[in-house]
Amino acid sequence: MAPVLRMSGISKSFPGVRALDRVDLDLEPSEVHALAGENGAGKSTLMKILSGVYRADEGEIWLRGRKVTASGPRAMIEAGVSVIYQELNLVPFLSVAENIFLGREPRRAGGLIDWRKMRAEVAALLEPFGLSLDPRAKVHTIGPAYQQVVEIAKALSLRSDILVMDEPTAALTGHEVDRLFELIRNLRKKGVSVIYISHRLQEIKQLADRVTVLRDGRRIVTAPVEAISIDEIIRNMVGRTLTEQYPKTPMPRRGEVLRAEGLTKRGVCQGVSLSVERGEILGLAGLVGAGRTEIVELIYGARRKDAGRIFVGGKEVKIRSTRDAVRQGIALIPEERKKQGLVLGLSVLDNIALTILDLHSWLGFIKRRVVGALVRKMSTEVGVKTPSLRQLVRNLSGGNQQKVVLSKWFVRNCDVYIFDEPTRGIDVGAKVEIYRLMQNLAAQGAGIIMVSSELIEVMNMSDRIAVVCNGRIVHEFQRGEAKDEEVMSWALGLKEQAS
Amino acid sequence: MKLDLKRILKNYGIVFAFFLVCAVLAWLSPVFLKWTNILNIIRQSSIYGIMAVGMTFVILTGGIDLSVGSILAFAGAVAAGLLKASAPLPLVIVVAIGIGALLGLVNGLVITIGRITPFVTTLGMMSIARSLTLIYCNGYPISGFGEEFRYIGGGDLFGIPLPIVVFLLTVVLAWVILAQTRLGRYTYAIGGNEETVRLSGIRTKLYKMAVYVVSGITCGFTALILTSRLNSAEPVAGTGYELDVIAAVVIGGTSLSGGRGGVWGTLVGALLIAVINDGMILLGISPYSQQLVKGLIIIGAVLLDRLREEPG
Repeated sequence: MAPVLRMSGISKSFPGVRALDRVDLDLEPSEVHALAGENGAGKSTLMKILSGVYRADEGEIWLRGRKVTASGPRAMIEAGVSVIYQELNLVPFLSVAENIFLGREPRRAGGLIDWRKMRAEVAALLEPFGLSLDPRAKVHTIGPAYQQVVEIAKALSLRSDILVMDEPTAALTGHEVDRLFELIRNLRKKGVSVIYISHRLQEIKQLADRVTVLRDGRRIVTAPVEAISIDEIIRNMVGRTLTEQYPKTPMPRRGEVLRAEGLTKRGVCQGVSLSVERGEILGLAGLVGAGRTEIVELIYGARRKDAGRIFVGGKEVKIRSTRDAVRQGIALIPEERKKQGLVLGLSVLDNIALTILDLHSWLGFIKRRVVGALVRKMSTEVGVKTPSLRQLVRNLSGGNQQKVVLSKWFVRNCDVYIFDEPTRGIDVGAKVEIYRLMQNLAAQGAGIIMVSSELIEVMNMSDRIAVVCNGRIVHEFQRGEAKDEEVMSWALGLKEQAS
Repeated sequence: MKLDLKRILKNYGIVFAFFLVCAVLAWLSPVFLKWTNILNIIRQSSIYGIMAVGMTFVILTGGIDLSVGSILAFAGAVAAGLLKASAPLPLVIVVAIGIGALLGLVNGLVITIGRITPFVTTLGMMSIARSLTLIYCNGYPISGFGEEFRYIGGGDLFGIPLPIVVFLLTVVLAWVILAQTRLGRYTYAIGGNEETVRLSGIRTKLYKMAVYVVSGITCGFTALILTSRLNSAEPVAGTGYELDVIAAVVIGGTSLSGGRGGVWGTLVGALLIAVINDGMILLGISPYSQQLVKGLIIIGAVLLDRLREEPG
């Protein structure tokens, strides 16, 4: 049978990154085709091209034997492609029926919404699922599993026969997962094809017909699931590339600088203990959503913890706010540069100075000369490329913005630096510079915690690696002790904690 | 010094509009450029101009303070009551400003600790402070004060009316605070991106609270000036002032979403409103149309701002 969808030779570049490199993907009628790969492997980019959000630089998309020429999300929806994103696109305070027909509400003469017709159609759509879901229920009251169903029903009401599901089981419990699978199998019987993105490899084995593995924007393998083992999938996901340099040399350890014991926050993490020494880089590996960001935010006082103790230099300290953490010499370079690290509308000077105004002021008046000199020195050292310190941060490139965030913390001279995804969205050249800076900090005797979803980065930059899965540290490795595959298996939750 | 030059340049549009309006009025009315009229305009502008300076702090953080008119009324009423009870003038001044600061602090606490939006909180305070005033005055004005107190609103310093002196001093002081102190720099930063500031280890709640106190203090100042000038504390004093105050700030180029703007713009904004009020009276334009003109100018100013923000 001819494939319903054929994507061939799809390439896509973003400034500094080749996100997709001549990727092929085809989808048979009534097939569930799984897409696997690390974070950043290109799965989302590929799906955004399929859904018309992005435009491919090269390559062709064929639907049911016809080449797609129109572009844009609307055209793809009309062509029968629906994407259900991980963060569902529903309006919480509208009803199930209204969500399904958002923007296409059936109307009576005079423009009033034909509620009766809408409910009848929704009931007809939901009927095959065998669920008791009231079309009038508000979406925020019905729970994540049913919300998935609403998204699926919406896709069906658009007469889509190609459905892309991005980590649909992430928010579901075991029972709900079973039900979703049953639903997907039903859809398949009706002739719908599904592209299924998931980190849960057992699910892929259980549900999919074929699996395609992406790595670094390339298609590595496509195979029927019976013909490939989970271990093989993992190996294909993590295979090394040698395109990047990691300027990492172990530094002398100079004693523990930070220790956390039994950090717990309901629904986020459970009994997390970790420590880092001066001169050491501790990598926190794991998947997006495993709870790594939350853990470091608990340490930093950006979130309130339910339980747990924190020691700085061997002494227990109370950290209730970010200010407490900063006063203890802890810095957090957050995940979202623009939302959490910078004030985009302020100058380079004002951004970098933000962390040190309290150190260099008298009766609230800022010692501007001192602050200015410190900022100038640090931004030169870090290598922020800007025409002037008065330049608005908004106008800098991503790599330079990240350097502003780093300067902002380096200038305060902290003892512990927590980096959350320090190289996300940064081109290769700037990445290496940032690795060097981290390395320098360690050499100067700071302790470093690095959260990263890029396994190669964690493996190559860390002295020690703690793997986080479902809000726990499931295993710790010394540098060079483990292979990528083993770390990935722990991150995927395929191995159980020994204790 | 380089910094404020740049800021003035950025606000060039509204300064230009201001002089244009002045030129047109000078051409249409021979009275407009008379010294007494000019002083009158600035004196008028100083009443809400002082509060607009406080409001600039609030709006720079991305907040809003709707309660300024009511806080003014309450502070004025209490001051008047004390004067009637023959309290010494310094005490009266301290109490009026203290009441402004206190009610501002309550606003700030509810907004930061109670996590209620500034709009709702200060809307509530607007009603509460007004009611407190009516209760305190029992609905009647408190009038007739001694020479000493009346000097505040009616006196001169080197030939310049005292309210104008206070207004200009407030502007300069606010400019120094905004440019040179932690409170000032954090005010801009919080308005630009509160989360970033919090993650930088800064007590955002403390500073957010502080701007409402600043706003309250300016209301206390204004209460003294207005009560003195009118020789009376009216229970309905300051009704609707929040609109002119916010308008002055917005016309002055301070962004309602926070993080951008400054107090010099507010000065121009306050003057522009006063010039327009004055001009419309001089030209004998019906009071019914005055609000219309003001409304158009507010929208025009923000539109100008938008064009500046998004080049091309």
